[in-house]
Amino acid sequence: MKWLSLFILGLVMALLIYAETDLPDRGDPEAPANQHVSPLYLERTVEDTHTPNAVTSVLADYRGYDTLGETVVIFTAGIACVLILMRRRSDDNQIRKPNS
Amino acid sequence: MITRYESPIVEVVCRVIVPFVQVFALYVITHGHYGPGGGFQGGVILAASFLLLRLCLGGELAHQKLPPRLAIALGAFGVLLYGLTGLVPMMAGGQYLDYGHLPIPGVSGAELRYVGILIVEIGIAFGVLGIMVGIFDNLVERQS
Amino acid sequence: MILEAFTDRYVYFMTVALLIIGLYGMLGKRNLLKKLIGMIVFQTAVFLFFIEGATKFFIENGTKLRGSVPVIDPQLGTDPALYVNPLPHVLILTAIVVSVATTGVALALLLTIHRGYQSLDEKVILERMRQ
Repeated sequence: MKWLSLFILGLVMALLIYAETDLPDRGDPEAPANQHVSPLYLERTVEDTHTPNAVTSVLADYRGYDTLGETVVIFTAGIACVLILMRRRSDDNQIRKPNS
Repeated sequence: MITRYESPIVEVVCRVIVPFVQVFALYVITHGHYGPGGGFQGGVILAASFLLLRLCLGGELAHQKLPPRLAIALGAFGVLLYGLTGLVPMMAGGQYLDYGHLPIPGVSGAELRYVGILIVEIGIAFGVLGIMVGIFDNLVERQS
Repeated sequence: MILEAFTDRYVYFMTVALLIIGLYGMLGKRNLLKKLIGMIVFQTAVFLFFIEGATKFFIENGTKLRGSVPVIDPQLGTDPALYVNPLPHVLILTAIVVSVATTGVALALLLTIHRGYQSLDEKVILERMRQ
């Protein structure tokens, strides 16, 4: 079991290092991640929303739907946390004891 | 239920620090347009102030400041505020979450989007505050 | 030459190291809480990878300079080459808060498991489940 997990770790590490050779250099302005829409956000944020902070305008305006989803996820996680522990408290007496 | 930590130093420092933390959190929320900040960060700082109260003053006193049920309700209110802010422009003829169509008199164009972002950030801050405090309250409650 | 290639790409190797540490925590440890810690390390590696991907360098008068924070400065203008990429910051900002909330759910599940079986060790739990 131990050797299997070490083997998997080595395999994943080899895969990741192989994939790393395809990534662009650090801070390359020509990298695909820096090309597509992110220059447009930086150029238009002031005239579109009067908000100099591009992070805020992208977060709440250009990608507001995404943020709504994230907020719902947080809320669901909180409700799930409440519900899991609520059940534990209510049927405290019926929970199975391991050695009985 | 967490108990009160019996130490005057901890209590006094906590009582002095908490208002400043809360004011700073409001600053971070509303200053998100011009610098680092916004709903998520400000909401977490605000939640941290309430968690500090719970850790220092113990459950009974701190639950008077923000009861656990109210915290979850605040979280729901924040998410609802966000969703309804998206819905209002739809009624006014725009698309979902298109703040350019918010029916606020006296504001137009880009300023309207500015206001829309502010409302949404406040909604996020409430949501994060409520959920963080709610998770903490539920995790620390001793099985009784 | 080799040193320059290393400064350009060392971030990726650090990310790989963190990912492997997190994966080891999830695969190699038997305690459920340690598995959770491994998961958090794994998440943090992904966050750091994204934030590093936002960096931008630009060349001015022959020297290599870093991009500024993505807050439009009236003196700098709106040239996108001068600012770092705002998109990874947005994605990770939400992802960090979501990760905190999901960690809360995981801790609640662990509390429930510990309540039911008086242990967080995988083998002990499996043994007690069979009884």
